[in-house]
Amino acid sequence: MDALAARCARPGPRASLPLKGYAVELGRVTIARGGRIVLDEVSAAIRPGEFIGVFGPNGSGKSTLLRALLGLLQPLAGAIRVFGATPGRGNRAAGYLPQQRAAVADLPVRGRDFVASAWQGERWGLPLISRRGRQQVERAIERVEAQALANRRLSQLSGGELQRLLLAQALLGEPKLLLLDEPLISLDPHFQEAVIAMVRRIQQSEAITVLFTAHDLNPLLGVMDRVLYLGNGRAALGTVDEVITDRVLSRLYDMPIEVLRIKDRIVVVAGHGPVEGEAHRHDV
Amino acid sequence: MSSSPGTAQSKAKPIATMFEYDFMRTAFMAGGVVAVVAGAVGFFLVLRNLTFAGHALSHVGFAGATGSVLIGIGALWGLLAFTMAAALAMGLLGDRLRNRDVAVGIILSLALGLGVLFLYLYTTSATEATAILFGNLLGVSLATLWSLLGLSVATVLALAMISRPLLFATLAPELAEAKGVSLRLVSVLFLAIVAVAVAEAAQVVGVLLVFALMVGPAAASQRLTARLGSGLALAITLALSETWGGLALAYVTDWPTTFWIVLLSCLAYFLSFAKPTPAIAAGSARE
Repeated sequence: MDALAARCARPGPRASLPLKGYAVELGRVTIARGGRIVLDEVSAAIRPGEFIGVFGPNGSGKSTLLRALLGLLQPLAGAIRVFGATPGRGNRAAGYLPQQRAAVADLPVRGRDFVASAWQGERWGLPLISRRGRQQVERAIERVEAQALANRRLSQLSGGELQRLLLAQALLGEPKLLLLDEPLISLDPHFQEAVIAMVRRIQQSEAITVLFTAHDLNPLLGVMDRVLYLGNGRAALGTVDEVITDRVLSRLYDMPIEVLRIKDRIVVVAGHGPVEGEAHRHDV
Repeated sequence: MSSSPGTAQSKAKPIATMFEYDFMRTAFMAGGVVAVVAGAVGFFLVLRNLTFAGHALSHVGFAGATGSVLIGIGALWGLLAFTMAAALAMGLLGDRLRNRDVAVGIILSLALGLGVLFLYLYTTSATEATAILFGNLLGVSLATLWSLLGLSVATVLALAMISRPLLFATLAPELAEAKGVSLRLVSVLFLAIVAVAVAEAAQVVGVLLVFALMVGPAAASQRLTARLGSGLALAITLALSETWGGLALAYVTDWPTTFWIVLLSCLAYFLSFAKPTPAIAAGSARE
């Protein structure tokens, strides 16, 4: 009876998400890193299934925010909720694609073993993988269309190919929240588009909430539901038209900012030139 | 060639008689037990890019080995005490040791210097020093064999216990941390295992040549296969065949066992380059 009632209440996969309640809630969150306040009483609420582009200048706290959502950093003040719960270490609901991944490119290990190492890798014991684990690994590899890469060494893969395997690792365990830290960095525009399209497809087919940090907002214009723009300790969350304005960005950058729209592209300009894009590489 | 009457030739014995001697049987068992540990631990050591740490630990071990001989304990236990202490210090200092090559190098020099002092104070023989530096597998006593066996079982069990999070932390450290793996704990535990493996390997090839037994087989195996499971098995197989092969060659030629083991290890490593890899095709696809 209970099972039947549950099924009636949840008619389809999309509707199985909590109808009320948020995927991510920040309530007056203050986070410091290296003795400096990075986020100062930031509040924001992200609904389940949203694709959020996270932007902001260097050191504005994009990576810091993702680490806080993973429970790796504790806020000095305020409350963080991920699907209604305070994130603890080992947050299984969240898939994570970290930014520091230079070392991965030299590994002599084949792609499949690399992805599989993340399957319940936090458990003690031998790295033997169950049949269900193997199925999950294969499924994650299929979802990022990396079947052809699975038998090659990581050291033989291109940046875009590596990115797909890292995404497969992040997708293991079917997370409801995907935290992607600069997945476009050092990718050619062609590969950037492919990664974005892939994330979008997975996000829509399984109603995953995505936080996607990047430096240039243009590649993400067509796929983002909303924008979370960080700067100067503050944050602005809203649609592109609401957030990417002279007034909001001037406040976040703490200097006069002009937003130019050239055809379908948006260029954010400070007094001395464009403030985003190629000039920024390494971020906090 | 076979008729040339060299001194080495005159001492040479037919290989079939090898197992008639107690010391040869003990050497084969001790070498086998140590090779399994060195191959397995070395595999993770190479994967984690920690080969220098293994090398450094063995140098620190020299002071421990000579010191324990001085106070009348078996060299194995002094070695173990020093490598373990150094491994724990390394693990706890962690990232603070990065880019401290000079400081690490000076500590290593101090350890070797202390070793020399201990040898000077212990004036009895230079053979002891040679055995510590270059190994003396043929001189392994039955008591040492049992100690090595006990240490090996403990090491293999400990490695099996941590191998899953160790692999995760090695291949994807940031993700592993996010999933709740304590990178610091895994690192300290692994270095403690390395410390035991180094102390054991030093009984076979000596503190100066631990690299050959721990790193050589693992490095060759990782060139030959990209699969983790086969790679680990191959590293152990190579370490075993190099050790046993070295013993057999030493028996036949009467040259030092360590020389033959190191030679076989180098041969295996350089032969692994002969394997054609699809690296060129993949390299051109790199964007």
